[in-house]
Amino acid sequence: MKRRDFLKSVTGIAAGAMVPAPAIWSSARADARSETLLVVTEGGPNNLDIHGVGTNRPGYEASWNCYDRLISHETKTLPDGTLSYDRDKFKPELAEDMSIGDMSVTFKLKKKAKFHDGTPVTANDVKWSLDRSVSVGGFPTVQMKAGSLVNKEQFVVVDDNTVRIDFAKKDRLTIPDLAVIVPGIYNSALLKSKASEKDPWALDYTKSNTAGSGAYKVTSWKPGVEVVYERHDDWVGGKMPQLKKVIWRTIPSQGNRRALMERGDADISFDLSSKDTSEMKKEGKLVIISNPIGNGMYSVELNVKTPPFDNDKVRRAVAYALPYQKIMDAAMFGLANPLFGGASNTVTDIAWPAKTGYVNDMAKAKALMAESGVSGIDTTVSFDLGAGDICEPIAVLVQESLGQIGIKTAINKVPGANWRSEMAKKSMPLMVNFFSGWLDYPEYFFFWCYSGQNAIFNTPSYVNPDMDALIDGARAAAAVGDKEKYSRNVEGFISKAYDDVPRIPLFQPFLNVGTQKNISGYVYWFHRQLDYRSIVKA
Amino acid sequence: MLTIAKRLVTVIPTLIGVVIVTFLLTRVLPGDPAVYFAGPAATPQSIAEIRKTLGLDRPLPDQFAHYVNDLAHGNFGNSLSTGRPVATEISSRLPASAELTLLGLFLAIVIAVPLGIFAAVKQGSLIDHLCRIVATAGVSLPVFFTGLLLVYIFYFKLGWSPAPIGRLDAFATTPPDITGFYLIDSLVTGNFETFRASLSQLILPAATLAIFSLAPITRMTRASMLAVLSSEFIRTARASGLDDRTVILTYGFRNAMLPVVTTLGMVFSFLLGANVLVEKVFAWPGIGSYAVEALLQSDFAPVQGFVLTMAVLYVALNLLIDMLYGVIDPRVRLEA
Repeated sequence: MKRRDFLKSVTGIAAGAMVPAPAIWSSARADARSETLLVVTEGGPNNLDIHGVGTNRPGYEASWNCYDRLISHETKTLPDGTLSYDRDKFKPELAEDMSIGDMSVTFKLKKKAKFHDGTPVTANDVKWSLDRSVSVGGFPTVQMKAGSLVNKEQFVVVDDNTVRIDFAKKDRLTIPDLAVIVPGIYNSALLKSKASEKDPWALDYTKSNTAGSGAYKVTSWKPGVEVVYERHDDWVGGKMPQLKKVIWRTIPSQGNRRALMERGDADISFDLSSKDTSEMKKEGKLVIISNPIGNGMYSVELNVKTPPFDNDKVRRAVAYALPYQKIMDAAMFGLANPLFGGASNTVTDIAWPAKTGYVNDMAKAKALMAESGVSGIDTTVSFDLGAGDICEPIAVLVQESLGQIGIKTAINKVPGANWRSEMAKKSMPLMVNFFSGWLDYPEYFFFWCYSGQNAIFNTPSYVNPDMDALIDGARAAAAVGDKEKYSRNVEGFISKAYDDVPRIPLFQPFLNVGTQKNISGYVYWFHRQLDYRSIVKA
Repeated sequence: MLTIAKRLVTVIPTLIGVVIVTFLLTRVLPGDPAVYFAGPAATPQSIAEIRKTLGLDRPLPDQFAHYVNDLAHGNFGNSLSTGRPVATEISSRLPASAELTLLGLFLAIVIAVPLGIFAAVKQGSLIDHLCRIVATAGVSLPVFFTGLLLVYIFYFKLGWSPAPIGRLDAFATTPPDITGFYLIDSLVTGNFETFRASLSQLILPAATLAIFSLAPITRMTRASMLAVLSSEFIRTARASGLDDRTVILTYGFRNAMLPVVTTLGMVFSFLLGANVLVEKVFAWPGIGSYAVEALLQSDFAPVQGFVLTMAVLYVALNLLIDMLYGVIDPRVRLEA
């Protein structure tokens, strides 16, 4: 080929590239678009299986949509018209029937249920999957334990279509714990063939392949780029989803996610920042849905093991010094439920999260500081840089207000990767932090954050026998359905926590989602991930 | 050939050093991957289980021996944050970065080199001032800013450019993996729709990179042309009555190319690994953002793999440039 010919052909190709695509391609694309959902988020999964080592939160979303559980929750409409899961009502998913006995629960499986590869779902699959969740270790096993599901022996195959789960002890959280993401049902025949001696539960295979009976299956996954799902047309777990295909793209830049939504190129942008939410709500081009995150709160936490915060007067002084409303406006643009300014620190009902009786009252704070006899405090306020957009303004305001009552603070920004290990050390004196529990019960929150087991989330290292008695009392009362005793204990531990105030609640944040106007059916779930099954595109 | 082989031998100690340093550095950094990956509701016991699975409970020399052994078998380890083998990840992400960087660099050269030559030839003229403005603007605008600005104008406001969601829009089909360069792969398989789609995705990020790299290339071309044009052999050539074109391009530019090529090499390797911000803005699945994300999650294997790959690339690039020197200027000998 001569040089001149070559140049000619190259220009030809370049010109071809500039010509718009012929109409036939465009219409095929339009069809694909109407049956496909395009979701954009900041991050993508690192593992498609929640049982995997270190599966991140987006990974939970893949697990939720690709695997079925025996039971799930009903949906309810909230007063503001948005949809939410119903904490108190369960519905069968893989099971067609659930009968709860005194010390066991029995499930009958749907006979038509099939895995993605066409094999029928049997009781043996259920047993194998539940065995897996209590045996793999790490997060799934801990989560199962929260519902007193500990031993393989608790899961009994009665016949091909019937499974019985024996209770280790009476625990109200056992049934709800069977409806979280962890106890999904896996294709045991397939996974046994992929298992090896080193990897008896085939975690390597499920890391990048879905082997469930759920409404969707992953057909392509490029880590950090996209996940593509296709509908499982033999799904019997519920109403057949409308969308045949879901494409989930990772778009790290917040501004671009917003641009994509405003230009109409993406259907759903999940987990919006408060700033974007408040601005996009005003613009009104999109549907913006905000739901309070159940059992979750941002709080200022004080380490009660080290001076000066071992002194309860200092802790109360801090609680009166915080500029709550300013904090909520600066960090959340007002998009949160206040957890301050209640009638009193002694609560009289079991609604959770509850408001404390604290307000911004500098005179009171100064008086309490004087009373405590502590002065010349020099300390640090720490936060997770991974949640810096929310925590940093809070930390700055905390620093400023504590300065006024004679507590000097330096701000310590902890990189996201180190936050957990810093928390585990329990050496940070003062921190801004967030906690939320999947199971939306106050005793669950307190079990993690206030009890004497001193779990990683009990960052203040608050250990108090009276508190433990109240938490245990509430758990025991809930297990046997003693409402009166339950209320007494729950009101007791909330009031005690607010009076002793090792952690100062600030606000309950919202989970914000933006959708195009032709999208409906979005449901808020306790796991704070997107459920594609209910979504409808007009 | 022999000289190249000799050069390669000198590379070995460098690589050994890189392996040791990256291994130690990732271990010394604060942050405990076991705690990070134990996830919410971790107990000391579950953290210990994960530490054991990750092999982090073994002594350092033991971990290092395992690491070197794996490397020798071409195994870079597994990334915890994406859950894939590092080697696969790097081999799928490197072409994405390379395609973008090469196109960006190509755009920059096409604009910067002629601009630099003109600026040198017509010193103090309008074009010289233009060259100065372009260079200053290019280098002083941060890449993420230029990137966001381009997205805002060409995508959000005008709608000329496709959505900045990575290498291809969500509904286009990915070309079969031959070279990993979408432009080449789609052409080879005759899939012109994909070619068009990936080219249109490439234009904005490539332009962003080009704007940034204009400055060093223009300035270097100009400076080196100025030095050459004032030398005696150019005066001789002009005195001999050669036309301007021959004097400037054949004699002047060829002699001015050495520093320009060196700069190009540096700009290229810098852009390849360091354009994290551009990758973030355009959701580009490149190698830089992969390494940074891994670092933020104390995910050792990808960081080590990344540094090692970049070191090898850098060495290869330098070798290539050295060889180019020989082609451009026969007086240059590799042994020197």
